[in-house]
Amino acid sequence: MPDVYVLIFAPGGAAARAALEPLGAGRALAEGLGGKLAGVVVGAGAEEVAAEARRRADAVIHVTGDHLRAYEADAFTAAAEHALKGRDAAAVLTLADAVGREVAPRLAARLGGSPLTEVSGAQVEDGRPVFTRPVFGGKAVAKLVGRRAPVVVTVKAGAFEAPAESGAEAPLETIQAPAVEPAVEVLAREAAPAAGVPLDAAPVVVSGGRGVGGPEPFQKELKELAEALGGAVGASLAAVDAGWVPQSYQVGQTGTAVAPTVYIAVGISGASQHLAGISGAKHVVAINKDKDAPIFRVAEVGLVGEWKPIVDALIRAVKAGK
Amino acid sequence: MHVVVCIKHILDPEMPPASFRIAEDGRSPVEAGLPRAIGPFDQNALEVALKLKDARPETTVTVLTAGPAEANEALRKALALNADRAVRVDLERLPGPDSATVAALLAAAIRRLEPAPDLVLVGRQSGDWDQGVVGPVLAEKLGAAIVGLGYAAEPADGGVIITRQVDDGIEKVRPKRAAVVTVTNHESNVLRLPKLKDVVAAHRKPIDVIPAAELGVPLDEPLVEAVSLSIPQREAHCEFLEGEPEEMAAALAERIRRWLSA
Ligand SMILES: Cc1cc2nc3c(=O)[nH]c(=O)nc-3n(C[C@H](O)[C@H](O)[C@H](O)COP(=O)(O)OP(=O)(O)OC[C@H]3O[C@@H](n4cnc5c(N)ncnc54)[C@H](O)[C@@H]3O)c2cc1C
Ligand SMILES: Nc1ncnc2c1ncn2[C@@H]1O[C@H](COP(=O)(O)O)[C@@H](O)[C@H]1O
Repeated sequence: MPDVYVLIFAPGGAAARAALEPLGAGRALAEGLGGKLAGVVVGAGAEEVAAEARRRADAVIHVTGDHLRAYEADAFTAAAEHALKGRDAAAVLTLADAVGREVAPRLAARLGGSPLTEVSGAQVEDGRPVFTRPVFGGKAVAKLVGRRAPVVVTVKAGAFEAPAESGAEAPLETIQAPAVEPAVEVLAREAAPAAGVPLDAAPVVVSGGRGVGGPEPFQKELKELAEALGGAVGASLAAVDAGWVPQSYQVGQTGTAVAPTVYIAVGISGASQHLAGISGAKHVVAINKDKDAPIFRVAEVGLVGEWKPIVDALIRAVKAGK
Repeated sequence: MHVVVCIKHILDPEMPPASFRIAEDGRSPVEAGLPRAIGPFDQNALEVALKLKDARPETTVTVLTAGPAEANEALRKALALNADRAVRVDLERLPGPDSATVAALLAAAIRRLEPAPDLVLVGRQSGDWDQGVVGPVLAEKLGAAIVGLGYAAEPADGGVIITRQVDDGIEKVRPKRAAVVTVTNHESNVLRLPKLKDVVAAHRKPIDVIPAAELGVPLDEPLVEAVSLSIPQREAHCEFLEGEPEEMAAALAERIRRWLSA
């Protein structure tokens, strides 16, 4: 049977918020291919996650072992391989997060399959799975196929919804993963400084680009405006490259994807790679001195001019309206 | 220490969207006559390698690309920044999104290098087809450790310590054997500019060329193929606010208030 498997990584028992979403893509493929949908939960102590998966898939395999308490690339790749080897998988899907990005392409190589990444669409055409994703920084969208099964695919967060609970409990198989010697030693770990509202959850994001001219506006005007609106400050890659703000501020394809009610782009041209990170924003406002800047093609409201007098006036207007 | 940096010579990602066209085959971009650049994250990777060399001048940096003769331009840029050696796997045309096949070619080329590298740096994704596949598959083929989303490296008694992004912060890790690092951008790894005299000198430095056919990797059995490429259409509906900053700001503040209370 051409079955579809969804890998759910749960180091130490906890899975990422979006880890069940690929089951939504998997369900569509399994139906199109006439196979079943199985969840593969990888991690020690992940019984809860396995139970969640059992309410949404046709079968669940839980791969466990003491060495799967914390994520380590080699151990998790080997565990996924152990669970999938010898099964007739047409497709193996997993979330495109830091873990999925490291594991999935290697797993494809081990299973003799084809790696595909960051897909935002999946359907069956002519009996084979076909995937869509943006390429060339969002200037184009590609339809891609894998020539050798299984296709091992990372799925973009937010592109699919986790399927609703079926009301039934799928059968569970629990297997032990072989122990693997870790290939890297973790010397130190620092949590990201939790400064104010996190970018990906903020109702308002005020982002600055190369056009704001230096690091100061991020500490002053942009911050003041964001605070007055109960939001967070973001930036373009150009502002990060210039050393004005740390990389954790970056919004875009290779930064944080944001989904605020209001996104305010200040001195940002609107390169497709930046826009890739704001497709979830409800209302986009652009402040830019170039009326032809591409950002105005996605903005709902545009203010053409020098950013500083506009932002200063905006801070006053927002504060006055409170 | 021997560090290999894989760099790809891509269509310049900064080119305006209007210049981007789809070729007659319907599944690849028109490339002729358009500007090219080293992939943005490959530039970051190169800077990470050069910083290792700054710290330990005995470090050897080899830059490696797979592509047509045109891609020598990318290697020359790296040589101008004092990379020690440049190697090109010669093939007429890169296989679009089939990064796993490219990884196989690069792995075969790396296996020929002497001494065997301690560290291989690649970009997190290429900046054109953006697969993010070469790094992990290269690690698999070389039997190397993989470190994802690294942005800095420092020498540490015989080995190297990599700083990398993880989902909730940063981590410092030490690979226990040769490692492949996928490099991401950070304020610390913006690629330096070359000196004019080094640009001139780079033109006299040798580039080793390895014909792809010598590497035993089948090029006619792609693992991944593009069926089609299309350009997403966006309709502009921007309402431009008029007037002095104070008037524009008042009108905008009013809308924001409405949006936030909806
Ligand atoms: C693979 C890849 C991934 C990438 N990922 C990302 C990403 O995640 N996020 C991201 O942001 N970028 C990303 N980029 C980079 C992206 O292509 C652009 O280079 C970047 O977004 C440009 O930043 P910017 O808009 O701040 O700068 P610019 O493009 O230089 O724009 C500056 C703007 O400011 C305006 N301006 C200048 N002065 C003023 C003034 N005084 N008042 C008002 N306006 C002014 C100008 O008119 C201009 O429109 C990526 C690129 C690649 C190839
Ligand atoms: N043709 C190539 N030559 C050299 N390096 C490459 C090539 N293609 C990809 N790479 C490297 O692999 C990284 C990831 O590429 P990709 O998996 O295609 O997104 C790039 O950032 C480069 O460092």
